[in-house]
Amino acid sequence: MITVKEWKERLESESCYDLISELFDRIERSKLNAFITLNKDEALRLAEEFDRGKLKGKLAGIPVAVKDNISTKGLRTTCASKMLHDYVPPFDAHVVERLRQEGAIIIGKTNMDEFAMGTTTETSFFGVVRNPFDLERVAGGSSGGSGACLGGEESVLALGSDTGGSIRCPASFCGVVGLKPTYGLVSRYGLIPYANSLEQIGPMACCVEDCALLLEVIAGRDWRDSTNAGREFEFRPVDRKFRVGVIREMGGNDDVMGKFEEVVNDIVRPNFEVVEVSMPSFMFALPAYYIIAMSEASSNLARYDGVRYGYALEKLDTWTRYFSKVRAEGFGEEVKRRIMLGTYALSAGYYGKYYLKALKARTLVKRDFERALKDCDVLIAPTMPALPFRIGELADPLTMYKMDVNTVPINLAGVPALSIPIGFVKGLPVGMQIIGRFFEENTIFSFALKIEEALRDEVQRKGVA
Amino acid sequence: MGYATSMEPDVIIGLEVHVQLNKLKTKLFCSCPLDYHEDEPNTHVCPVCLGLPGAMPVVNKEAVKAAIKVALALHAEVQPFTVFDRKNYFYPDLPKGFQISQYDRPLALGGYVTIETEEGEKKITLKRIHMEEDPGKLTYKGSITTAKYCLIDYNRSGVPLLEIVTEPVMHSPKEARLFLNKLRIILEYLDVFDGSLEGAMRVDANVSIRGGGRVEIKNISSFKGVERALSYEIARQKNLLRMGRKVERETRHFDEVNNITVSLRSKEEEQDYRYFPEPDLVPIYTAELLEEVKGTLPEMPEEKRERLKAQYGIGDNFAKVLVLDKVMADYFEEVAKHVDPKLAASWVVDVLRGELNYRGKDFRFAYEMLKPEEFAKLLRYFREERITEKGVVEVIRIKLDHGGDVDEIIRSRGLFAIPKEEIERLCREAIEKNPKAVADYKGGKKKALDFLVGYVMKATRGRANPAETAQILKKMLEE
Ligand SMILES: [Zn+2]
Repeated sequence: MITVKEWKERLESESCYDLISELFDRIERSKLNAFITLNKDEALRLAEEFDRGKLKGKLAGIPVAVKDNISTKGLRTTCASKMLHDYVPPFDAHVVERLRQEGAIIIGKTNMDEFAMGTTTETSFFGVVRNPFDLERVAGGSSGGSGACLGGEESVLALGSDTGGSIRCPASFCGVVGLKPTYGLVSRYGLIPYANSLEQIGPMACCVEDCALLLEVIAGRDWRDSTNAGREFEFRPVDRKFRVGVIREMGGNDDVMGKFEEVVNDIVRPNFEVVEVSMPSFMFALPAYYIIAMSEASSNLARYDGVRYGYALEKLDTWTRYFSKVRAEGFGEEVKRRIMLGTYALSAGYYGKYYLKALKARTLVKRDFERALKDCDVLIAPTMPALPFRIGELADPLTMYKMDVNTVPINLAGVPALSIPIGFVKGLPVGMQIIGRFFEENTIFSFALKIEEALRDEVQRKGVA
Repeated sequence: MGYATSMEPDVIIGLEVHVQLNKLKTKLFCSCPLDYHEDEPNTHVCPVCLGLPGAMPVVNKEAVKAAIKVALALHAEVQPFTVFDRKNYFYPDLPKGFQISQYDRPLALGGYVTIETEEGEKKITLKRIHMEEDPGKLTYKGSITTAKYCLIDYNRSGVPLLEIVTEPVMHSPKEARLFLNKLRIILEYLDVFDGSLEGAMRVDANVSIRGGGRVEIKNISSFKGVERALSYEIARQKNLLRMGRKVERETRHFDEVNNITVSLRSKEEEQDYRYFPEPDLVPIYTAELLEEVKGTLPEMPEEKRERLKAQYGIGDNFAKVLVLDKVMADYFEEVAKHVDPKLAASWVVDVLRGELNYRGKDFRFAYEMLKPEEFAKLLRYFREERITEKGVVEVIRIKLDHGGDVDEIIRSRGLFAIPKEEIERLCREAIEKNPKAVADYKGGKKKALDFLVGYVMKATRGRANPAETAQILKKMLEE
C-alpha cells in the first residue's frame, strides 16, 4: 500500500506524470474492478502541471479515487446503476471542489453497490469488486472500489460514503483505514443520496495520518448543505492514557473475535485504561436502521423517472407506464427491494408501526452512545462480525443485512467511527472500529495512531493483486 | 339546472388556497430568480430546482419572512418551530418525485379573514398556513386529451407557495369569492404577492351538502372559476340528493371551458403521500424572524380605512372603496396632497376607477398614464371652474387611451371653460338674433328658453355650462 509520505518520496526521484501513468497501467491490468470510470486525460494533465510546479495545495500531485456516488463535474457519475450509466453531473460535490483546491489528482470513480445499497459491492451494475487479498472474495461495500483500490495499490487516497458502514466495511475487508465522520462535519452537497439523515462522505487511506489529512481537506463549512455543522478539522495528535470502552454487545465470529481480543489484551490493555460498556439498545439498531434507510431511499430514488436524465426509453407511452418501465429496467433487484420496503414502511397505517418506532429506537441508540462516551474517550469493537465473504456467499438479503450489525448503530447516533486494520486471520484482514464523541475525530485519530504504531509489523502486508 | 347563489346553511365550503409569493427575488430552496414570466422555458433553473441527484435544498429566509408576514396579517399563530416534509408522488412536473411541503408542523395555525356579506361582517376562520414549493408547469400541444406528448417548463419549479386552509365555514359560492377577494387585497398590501401574474393563486375547494360526502374540486385557477365550479357542484349534489342518490366522497376536476366538474378519482383511489420530515433540511425556529417581521408589517386595509377617514375627512363610503386596492389608496393620497381630499376621493372612486375598470385596467395603469400630480392639476382647474366636469372626463379618457400633456390636451381640444363675460355676450347675441323665441318665452312658452340655451351651446361647441347659461338668459329676459 502506498502512503502519502511514500508517494511524496517517489515524487522526488520521478515525475508525477510517470507515476500517474504507471498507476493507470496498473489499474488497466488489474483484476479488482475497483473503478467504473477513469479520469485519465485530466489526471495526466494535472500531473504535468504538478511537474511544472503549477499544482499547489495540501494534496498537490497526490492521486485520489472518488466513489461513484459523489458528483464530479463533466465526469460520469453512475452510482453503479444502469439508471445513471450515462449521467454526467454539471456540478462538483463540495468535497470534490475541496480536492481540486488542494491540488489533488482525481484518477477515477470507484465501483460500489448500486446506489450504495449493499455490503459486498455485488449489487453493482458494473460487476463485483474483488478483494486485493483474495480475488475470490468480496472487497466489502458499499464503497468496495475505494477500499480495493487502496489495498491493491491503485490509489493513495480515496473518498467513500458511509450510510450504515459503507466506508468501514470495505476498509476492514481491504486492510485499510476509513472514517465515518460525525454527521454534519463533511458537506453532503453533491453526494447522490441513499439515506440523507444517516450518511456522510468520509476519507479512506492506507494509514491513520493520511486518513486525517484527507479529512482536513474535505471537512468544513458549506452553506449548501443545511445539515452541515460549519466546523473545520485539523489533526493535532494528543498523547494521553485514553479511557477505552469495549462494547459488550458488538461481537463477531471466532475468527474475528480471536484477533480482536488478542489486540485488546496485548496492545490496548497495557497502554490504556480499559472498561467494558453495555449498549442495551443494540438489539433495536439493525431493524431501526433498515427502516429509516429504506424509507428515505424510497423517496430519494423517486426522481429517476427517465424524464430529465439517466436511463430513458425510446418509445413514448402514458406517464404511468413510461416511468414504471424505466424504473423496472433501470434499477437492480436490491434497489427495488429497498424502495418497496421503504414505500411500505411510510404508507398510511404502517408509518406509526415502523417509521415512528424506528425514530424512537434511534433516540435510544443515541442516548446509549452519549452515556457510554461520557464515561469513555473512545469505544472499540470489531468493525465486521466476519472475515471477507466469498463472492456469492451471501445470497440471502437478510443474512447480508445482519453483517451491518456493528456498523449501523454509529450512523443512527451520528457519532464518528474509524476502522483500522489490526492484523490478519487466514490471510484476510480484520478491522477494529474506534468510536468517539461528536466532532472528536481528533481523539479517535490520536488513539488509532498509537494502535497503528504498536501493530506496524502485523498490518503492513501487501495484497496479492 | 338552477345555480345556488344566496347563503344556504346546509351547504358547507372550505378552501385550500395556494398563493405564490411571487414578489420575492428568488425561489424557495435555490437562488434562481422569480422573474421568469417573460422568458423562455427552462431558463430559470439550476441543479436544485431541476432535482438533479446530489443537489440539496437551502431555505430562502426571505420567503419564510414573507410567509410569517402573511400569517401575522391573517391573525394566525406563528408556531415556535416549523418543519418541512416530503410529500411523495410521481408526476412529470415534479422533478424530485416529491414536493417539499409541510405536514404536522406547519408555519402557522388558526387565524381569520373578515369579509362583508349582505348579512354583515363575517369572520372566515383559518385552519393552518404552510409553506411549500411549486412544481413545474406542463404544456400540451392542442388539448390534454389529444396531445401526443407534453412539454415541461421548470421555471416555475421551486417558486415559494403558501397554502392557506380555511375551516369549512362558508355557505355559498359568493362567500367563497368574497373571501378570495379579501385575501388577495391583504396579500397585495403585504407586497409579497402580485395577483395579476399567471397562476399566482390556485384554489382547491371542498364542498358538501349536509348528509352527503365531501367532494374536493382540484386546482381552480381563477376567482370566477371558483364561484362557477362551486355553483355547478352544489347544484349537482342537490340533484343527486333530490333523486335519493348518495353523494360519494371523491376528487373532481373543474373544466373551465364547459363550466362543469368531472370526476377524477374516488376515495378508494386517494393517493397516499407518505409524508416524512425532509432530512436535508433542519427545523426552523421562528422567534428571531418573527421579531424582525413584526417591525415591517405595513398598514392593513381596516386600519387604513379608519386613517383615511380621520386624516382626510372623507366619508366611509369612499374610504371603504379606496382600501380595496392598496395602489388606488396610494394614488388617492398623492392626489389629496395637492387638492381638496373630498374632491379627490369622489373623482378617484367615482370616475377614474370606472374609466380604468372599463378598460380592464387597475391603478398601476393610472400611475403610468395619468400621474397623481396631473390628475390633481386637472381637479384644480375644475375647482377654479376653468374646465367643466365633462371636460375633466374627456381629458381622463384621452390620457388613459393616448397619453400626452394635460394643458396641451385642454388647449388643443378647446376644453378650457368659456369666461363668464363671453357667455354673457353670447346670451345677448342669442336674444338679439332670435326675437321669435324671445317673444314666445315672454308669452309664457317656457320651453323657448331651451332654444336660446341651445344657441349658446352651439356657439361654444358645448363648453358652456347649460344650467348657468339658462340662469343668465332668464335674468336678461326678465329685466
Ligand atoms: Zn434553481
